Amino acid sequence: MSLISATNISVRYGANTVLRNVSLSVEPGEIVTIVGPNGSGKTSLLKAVIGAAQLTAGQVTQKPGLKIGYVPQRLHIDPTLPITVERFMRLAQRVDTKDCADALDAAGVPDLLKRQMSALSGGQFQRVLLARALINWPDVLLLDEATQGLDQRGSAAFYQQIETVRQDTGCAVLMISHELHVVMSASDRVICLNGHVCCEGTPAVVASAPEYRALFGSGTGGALALYRHDHDHDHDHACGHEAAE
Amino acid sequence: MFDDFMTRATLAGVGVACAAAPLGCFVVWRRMAYFGDATAHAAMLGVALSLALQMSIFTGTVAIALLMAMTVTLLSGRGYAMDTLLGVLAHSALAFGLVAVSFLSGVRIDLMAYLFGDILSVSRTDLLVIWGGAAIVVALIAWRWSALLTSTLNEELAYASGINPKREQLILTLALAVTVAVAIKVVGVLLIAAMLIIPAAAARGFARTPEAMAATAALIGAISAIAGLRAAYLFDTPAGPSIVCVAAVIFAVVSVFGHKERMGP
Repeated sequence: MSLISATNISVRYGANTVLRNVSLSVEPGEIVTIVGPNGSGKTSLLKAVIGAAQLTAGQVTQKPGLKIGYVPQRLHIDPTLPITVERFMRLAQRVDTKDCADALDAAGVPDLLKRQMSALSGGQFQRVLLARALINWPDVLLLDEATQGLDQRGSAAFYQQIETVRQDTGCAVLMISHELHVVMSASDRVICLNGHVCCEGTPAVVASAPEYRALFGSGTGGALALYRHDHDHDHDHACGHEAAE
Repeated sequence: MFDDFMTRATLAGVGVACAAAPLGCFVVWRRMAYFGDATAHAAMLGVALSLALQMSIFTGTVAIALLMAMTVTLLSGRGYAMDTLLGVLAHSALAFGLVAVSFLSGVRIDLMAYLFGDILSVSRTDLLVIWGGAAIVVALIAWRWSALLTSTLNEELAYASGINPKREQLILTLALAVTVAVAIKVVGVLLIAAMLIIPAAAARGFARTPEAMAATAALIGAISAIAGLRAAYLFDTPAGPSIVCVAAVIFAVVSVFGHKERMGP
């Protein structure tokens, strides 16, 4: 069965409907990426998946006993809260010091165990978040623009690691990303969101969908060149825009 | 040993310090300082209500403090900034409480005792209530520690770990209400927030982990209670404010001398 499935969910904040009739499922081992312009409800969708957003319609089901590794978009730790990297990694999960050290090694930031979270650089901080998310062998990894604040090299290395993790552990990945070239080269499936699901499918299908082009314009042409494949086929794929009005 | 009023006062002060320390840390981390104030001020209304209905002060203040906390939670996010909302509710509750007290005919109560505490008149029963309340608060916080800490760091992270941050917030509110109710006798309505925040803030400079900060805050709170009472006895100053003064001096010393260390490598 699917690890996570959302069926026809809607989310509203006050009078503002941010998600309308959205369905989504994540199968074991696949990398699914959500793209969409600002305010398209990407973060709300991820929140709905973990149960942090109130649904006005539809439902979300998780596979029983599903282990989720979550990397938030931004994690602000109040300067009055002292916490070491080790303490942070062991928070709300049963792991020992060795697990923490191994996870940090794997994330490329060894020797940080005793450091204060507030003393980390932006890149170290994101990698610690990733290490924490991965430490308990999650079934699915949720990333909300996890490379925000990383430079190009840093974010490339970050995605490289996620790909490695997927290969090693077989965990599924559901992520939001703005970096279209990364999305297009690393994802199995892309969901283009704008309050509703505009189009979805393999990267190639989505990239050539008129809905996607309408949202992202021709500027993506350059980014897509990085993974460029045979583009002389015609573009009349059936890409499900079931929610389009 | 409980016959001596100073012994009872000291034990009461230490008891409140122990409950206030871990709770105070969360109040500081979550930037809820005014929330503590508002709950405490509302307790005045609770005192009036208890006297009018002839029930125990503890029951009345816990009930009103809880009601206050629920109201704030309910009203937050409806167009007013949190500090505005708390300012309106805290001071209205205090004012209504003071007015309500004046209506109580036939009951001569010493208002100052509730505003600034009356630690020297702590009875054996009071001591039982204070230590019982403190034990409940400490047990509650210890039991939910990990979940509370995760919710404090990041709500989504909590949801992803199967923790409901809304429930944790409610537990914190509950603990706050109990602490306020037991602390009234010791430091009074106006200074409860000081017992929550000052020891926790002073402990920040020493601690590398959240647990260490809570333990250090408890120690600083207990020292303040003991030294404050001693000073009150020696200089004939009001006991509750003297305790808070000692805590404030510790905070000042730590801030001045602890600063260099924190800036270092």
